[in-house]
Amino acid sequence: MGGFLRRHKAIVPYLLLAPGLLWLAVFYIVPGIQMFLTSLWSGTLETGYEFSLSNVTNYTEALTRFWPQFSRSVLYGAAATVLTFLISYPLAYTIAFRGGRFKNLLLFLVVAPFFTSFLLRTISWKIILGDTGILFGPLKDLGVLPDEFRVLATPVAVVAGITYNFLPFMTLPIYVSLEKIDKCLVEAAEDLFATSFGAFRRITLPLSLPGVFAGSLLTFIPAMGDYVNAELLGNPQTTMIGNVIQNQFLNQNNYPTASALSFILMAGILVAVAVYARLLGTDELTAGGV
Amino acid sequence: MTASTAHRERPKGTLGERFVRFWNRYLLFIYTGFAIVYLMAPVAIMALFSFNDPAGKSNFVWQGFTIDAWLHIFSVPGLQSAVTISIVIALLSTIVATILGTLIALALARHDFRGRSGTNLFIFLPMATPEIVLGASLLTLFVAIAAPPFFPLSAVTILIAHIMFNISFVVVTVRARLAGFPTHLEEAAMDLGANELTTFRKVTFPLILPGVMAAALLAFSLSIDDFVITNFTSGGTVTFPMFIYAKARIGIPPQVNVVGTIIFLSAVGLVALSTIMARRRAMRDEALARRSLTTETP
Repeated sequence: MGGFLRRHKAIVPYLLLAPGLLWLAVFYIVPGIQMFLTSLWSGTLETGYEFSLSNVTNYTEALTRFWPQFSRSVLYGAAATVLTFLISYPLAYTIAFRGGRFKNLLLFLVVAPFFTSFLLRTISWKIILGDTGILFGPLKDLGVLPDEFRVLATPVAVVAGITYNFLPFMTLPIYVSLEKIDKCLVEAAEDLFATSFGAFRRITLPLSLPGVFAGSLLTFIPAMGDYVNAELLGNPQTTMIGNVIQNQFLNQNNYPTASALSFILMAGILVAVAVYARLLGTDELTAGGV
Repeated sequence: MTASTAHRERPKGTLGERFVRFWNRYLLFIYTGFAIVYLMAPVAIMALFSFNDPAGKSNFVWQGFTIDAWLHIFSVPGLQSAVTISIVIALLSTIVATILGTLIALALARHDFRGRSGTNLFIFLPMATPEIVLGASLLTLFVAIAAPPFFPLSAVTILIAHIMFNISFVVVTVRARLAGFPTHLEEAAMDLGANELTTFRKVTFPLILPGVMAAALLAFSLSIDDFVITNFTSGGTVTFPMFIYAKARIGIPPQVNVVGTIIFLSAVGLVALSTIMARRRAMRDEALARRSLTTETP
């Protein structure tokens, strides 16, 4: 065995890759192809399904029927991405430049919520944001807020939930790119009489853009596909495309429509990534990668 | 850092500049404090409500303190089996994904071969795909070949899915560890007559072990917490997240919060332990390196 491997050294990496890549091929690529085929089916669970290329109408029908949910997903996803950026940047900046010996502890605290169940975290927000909950109950009793004020079961709650749940995806990449910046550059700018804000605007911010880019993608993609926040924190008027896909697949057994919707979602994300990459330059895409 | 900003005398400055100075000196830290509170608040609420004494079914409003749920964790029907299934699936998927992913990471970090960049992209793709698409596409596959003897949705299909999404995360984690290590240690072992297997066992594997452990921890926590993909591939199998989801509408019993708190505390404990061990190892390595330097250079 060892002798054979020594004589055929070139084969070693492929032997190492084979089992894992085979698993991904069978359970990632093949399902993708199957989903595409399914999206061109017609029929129902009872009558059986039939494949035909003429069923591309599945796509147009799905798109027109569920357009509100699609646009809502884009809107909520974009809003949550902007919010995670606004919350994350000062946080990542503080950890990277002012963290000192607490750097690792602070980073750990950013990631720690991930060790709790995603569902339990979201349910906790339901308790916090409840109409008479921990946050608004006392404020209403004091008369600061009117009685009919509510956040739970509104778009605000859904966006807030998504923002919270995907926050570390934004904070960590920004932290990594800020951490890589040579501090001498900032000091040089200040020695050359740049104001500290000027130094930030012209040195620190541009150099951290790869992290912002990676963070935006890592937040926006799962945010677009999320349905747990809309389900637990929203109302029937805040459903996102994920809720529809889930419902069509698991409750209606409408596999063709649901597959078409999933494919449109995936395509939409790829387009968003491409547009974003074009706007910021493709270098940022690879530089910001893990 | 603070010294370098303090030595420059810029007492007045514009209003904007003064704001930046104030921001730098105090607000950033105050802000970070608030951000940490914001991040940890839901975890604290979860732990707090494990001590709630809900009058009815719903555990959304604080009623009174009790340690009842902690004493009778599995008195809620179905909870014990859900937690057990989750742990078994998480363990098995972690073992398989860690082995498969580590092999890929070794190939990518230690070998030059045709199709490298393609492999990189292929590994990256599952991580960039929304969970709902991963789950949905697996469901279409299982449905399409569904004549039930083959792939009835069950714990097995959940396991298949979890291994699939964990592989990429393992590859990325182990690779990050390998990237820091020069290959000359392995080359030295081979020069001294060790064969590939011995080199791997005695040199490479101990080097990557911390990375492999970190990857396994990540895979385990991703698997035990996964809801979206599991929801599509479970059939009637109830994992811990599926159990929570089913109870979410009618109100989850405080016992669920107890289990959530236990999982949180064990994960935090494990991370703390591995950090301490890594630090101790680094100190030992440094001491060894210093000693060998002093003995080698007379």
